[in-house]
Amino acid sequence: MTSTEERPERSVPKPVFTDAEAGAKEFPDSGPSARRYNYFKPAKRKQTHYEDVTVEVQPDPRHYLSQGWIYGFADGSAGYPLTWTKLKAWGVDDPEPERGPGSGGRHVADWPAHGWHEFRDPNEEWELTMYRYNANVVRQVTQNVENARQSKAFEQWTPNWVRFVERNVGAWMHIEHILGLYVFAACNRSGPTNMHNTVMAVNSEHKIRFAQDLALYNLTLTEEIEGFDGAAHIEAWNSDPEWQGVRRVVEALTAVDNDWGEMIFATNIVFESLLGELFRSGLVMQSAAGNGDYVTPTVMGSGEYDYAQRDLRWTVAAFAPLTQDREFADHNKEIFNGWLAHWVPLAIEAARTMQPLWSQPDAKPPRFEDSLDRAKNRFAGILTDLGLETPKELNQ
Amino acid sequence: MSRQSLAKAHQKIQELSWEPQYHEPYMKYGTDYTFRKAAKKDPLKQVLRSYFPMQEEKDNRVYGASDGAIRGNMFRQVQERWLEWQKLFLSIIPLPEISAARSMPMLFQAVPNPELHNGQAIQMIDEVRHSTIQQNLKRLYMNNYIDPAGFNNTLRNFHSDYCGTIGRQFAEGFITGDAITAASIYLTIVAETAFTNTLFVAMPAEAAANGDYLLPTVFHSVQSDESRHISNGYATLLMALSDEDNRQLLERDLRYAWWNNHRVVDAAIGTFIEYGTKDRRKDRESYAEMWRRWIYDDYYRAYLLPLEKYGLVIPHDLIEESWNQIWNKGYVHEVAQFFATGWLANYWRIDGMTDDDFEWFEYKYPGWYDKYGKWWENYNRLSRPNGHHPIVAEDVDYVYPHRCWTCMVPCLVREDMVVDKVDGQWRTYCHEACRWTDAEAFRPTYQGRETPNMGKLVGHREWETLYHGWNWADVVEDMGFVRDDGKTLTAQPHLDLDPKKMWTTDHLRRMGPVASPNVILNEMSDADREAFVADYNRQGPAGRPADATS
Repeated sequence: MTSTEERPERSVPKPVFTDAEAGAKEFPDSGPSARRYNYFKPAKRKQTHYEDVTVEVQPDPRHYLSQGWIYGFADGSAGYPLTWTKLKAWGVDDPEPERGPGSGGRHVADWPAHGWHEFRDPNEEWELTMYRYNANVVRQVTQNVENARQSKAFEQWTPNWVRFVERNVGAWMHIEHILGLYVFAACNRSGPTNMHNTVMAVNSEHKIRFAQDLALYNLTLTEEIEGFDGAAHIEAWNSDPEWQGVRRVVEALTAVDNDWGEMIFATNIVFESLLGELFRSGLVMQSAAGNGDYVTPTVMGSGEYDYAQRDLRWTVAAFAPLTQDREFADHNKEIFNGWLAHWVPLAIEAARTMQPLWSQPDAKPPRFEDSLDRAKNRFAGILTDLGLETPKELNQ
Repeated sequence: MSRQSLAKAHQKIQELSWEPQYHEPYMKYGTDYTFRKAAKKDPLKQVLRSYFPMQEEKDNRVYGASDGAIRGNMFRQVQERWLEWQKLFLSIIPLPEISAARSMPMLFQAVPNPELHNGQAIQMIDEVRHSTIQQNLKRLYMNNYIDPAGFNNTLRNFHSDYCGTIGRQFAEGFITGDAITAASIYLTIVAETAFTNTLFVAMPAEAAANGDYLLPTVFHSVQSDESRHISNGYATLLMALSDEDNRQLLERDLRYAWWNNHRVVDAAIGTFIEYGTKDRRKDRESYAEMWRRWIYDDYYRAYLLPLEKYGLVIPHDLIEESWNQIWNKGYVHEVAQFFATGWLANYWRIDGMTDDDFEWFEYKYPGWYDKYGKWWENYNRLSRPNGHHPIVAEDVDYVYPHRCWTCMVPCLVREDMVVDKVDGQWRTYCHEACRWTDAEAFRPTYQGRETPNMGKLVGHREWETLYHGWNWADVVEDMGFVRDDGKTLTAQPHLDLDPKKMWTTDHLRRMGPVASPNVILNEMSDADREAFVADYNRQGPAGRPADATS
């Protein structure tokens, strides 16, 4: 026999009807026009969701930060100094409002006060988009690889292609990882606005994810292909002469002297088009099919899409206005041209150091010179989009 | 995730670790810490192949709940008293979150352990998530809650506000100065490990009790990421501890970070939970009870104390003093009273306390009514414009306080206030620990040791300075805290939205000017200043003037 014990009444908060929903009463600011973030000027007529969650989150003493930054570095610099790149956007040399006893807030009414604040990420990335995008990519890559594994697709690979993938496709993971962490993530503290820093964090995610995609693909191949050496990529990256030129450039990108603009420009404009796409599209993706491999291009292709369709897009949107800047166009062109004169020869030299890789597969890809020409043409086109001339160093 | 096990996958991605061969990365952020020994393993063992789908799933739940809240008319049950305080909280919190993202590269450079960089990079991504998901939550409130004013201009208002800048320490402290002090000790070891418990767990629970289940939905999702960040901090702390030269700095930084977090977070979250709620069940935990459980027991006793055996010098005295401040010295009540005193310089409406509230406070904090009850009765009496001034300009036995130069919360526990001349300026501090932070810790030498990477406290740290001599109406207009009719204040000292009961700038014109306590302090003679300090230390509780006979 069972009995039901009386329990004391549980203590829980009681719902209360408060009628606190929009439109319940009329009063100043109750109308629809008050239901939008009103502290920034949208890039287009209507503010976007991306702008709502991004713009002004990183404050600026020229705008509303009337009490100024409250923590400084040892040298007295604070916040996000505009001097952390040599590039300039209009207005940056204008003095900040001087505030002190009795000054009031001195918010700059004519906003934006400088051109950096005009930048918007054309991909409109925020947390919702970045998780959806990257989750889709990893699902697709995982499914492609899993399908290949189940259908024994790797058995069709020629032995030379196995060696090529284990060493060279493997070596590329290091590049993506280094750029992801030590260029893009490193720069997400340096940009002048929240829009710049957020997009650099998103770019970093792409790179780190792609590096890990390649590493885990390498792990699958180690498990699936007899004799596949899962550690060969480390040896190739550390010692193969074909990889030392590109490694030198990648490491140099992380060593740029206190200039986020140069790091990003040299990486996404110079390195990616002359070396990244050259290797990923101009070699691996073009030659895989002939060597019995339909899987590697799908893994490589996801990284290529990141760059070609998203990361390059924001980079052009960030830098192109600077060459047309109403105050500093000439200054910026001179800076960009100096960077091109420095980085293009390094990239071309590294590309030529990679040339022997084009001879390794049995089924040959397009000729190295053809791939390089395509990369150079692509690069020249990007420079045109940026409003820059093709540097003479490209002819090397 | 594919069939590969997570452990195997994580082990594989360690092959990505980079040892520079031709060029060392540019070292932008310095630290005085050294890491010569003991590399630690990445405690997260997280790979992006599983991370992104996991986060997407968490997002789907959050956004599904958001849709449900709107369809289910959640705002018919939301307590306005509660949601008004969210105008302050949700203007502050996206900045600390994005600052935490920005602080991660400081650690890449300062902590020479590539294996840990993976976890730090994932934390960077998490923090972008937190910042934007919180901006989005605020947007939803703005669109659906009865009074959008204050939500719609938070990122302007927060920087101008009478008390908003206090919250900015909880952002700039993460990204400036010594990289380990900022990004590891202040952010991950103290802010995330100790104080996110009250921020992201205790406070959302109170939101739910006030009819708002979206704050818990978003912030519990955020908190599920924090556990990873806590692991990052722990691994870095153990590395730092293995180098004996770091112990002096660790002691300094734990003292600073603990005390500053206590001053800032307990001020804000304590006020939101105790004065923003309508839930006055006697058995619901008070902030003091929550603090004792989440911070004293779970953090101090369970997390910090075991680290003593590794040589960590724990600031036992400051932890006990924090409890003393909350339990015996009424820290949270003093702060709430201050926030309400200057209600007109804020951008949210602050509800007065009722008899139910009084009863609850007296039950939870015996003696509360004798200290604070009369003042809150005056607050109610003066809440509707009726020929009198706002409470800040009326005689209600309240002496307007001086700001603490370090934590920027005013010196509300009057007996603890100290003054010092630092960098050629007389400054008031709410407590000796805050004086020490400015005058001794944030300096290029510490106890005779060179600390060239330590940051410094800068900026116009007293809000009143900028408006010294201004009429209050002009102050409010300058800050932009006015509604769309051009004169009704965004802030109100009550929740009545009847325009006839709302204060306008016309009411403020009759008030006297704002005076900066710090400007006045620096104009005093030595004798006057000494007399001022002696008097100030005899004031309180509840800001009462010093008894002339004592």
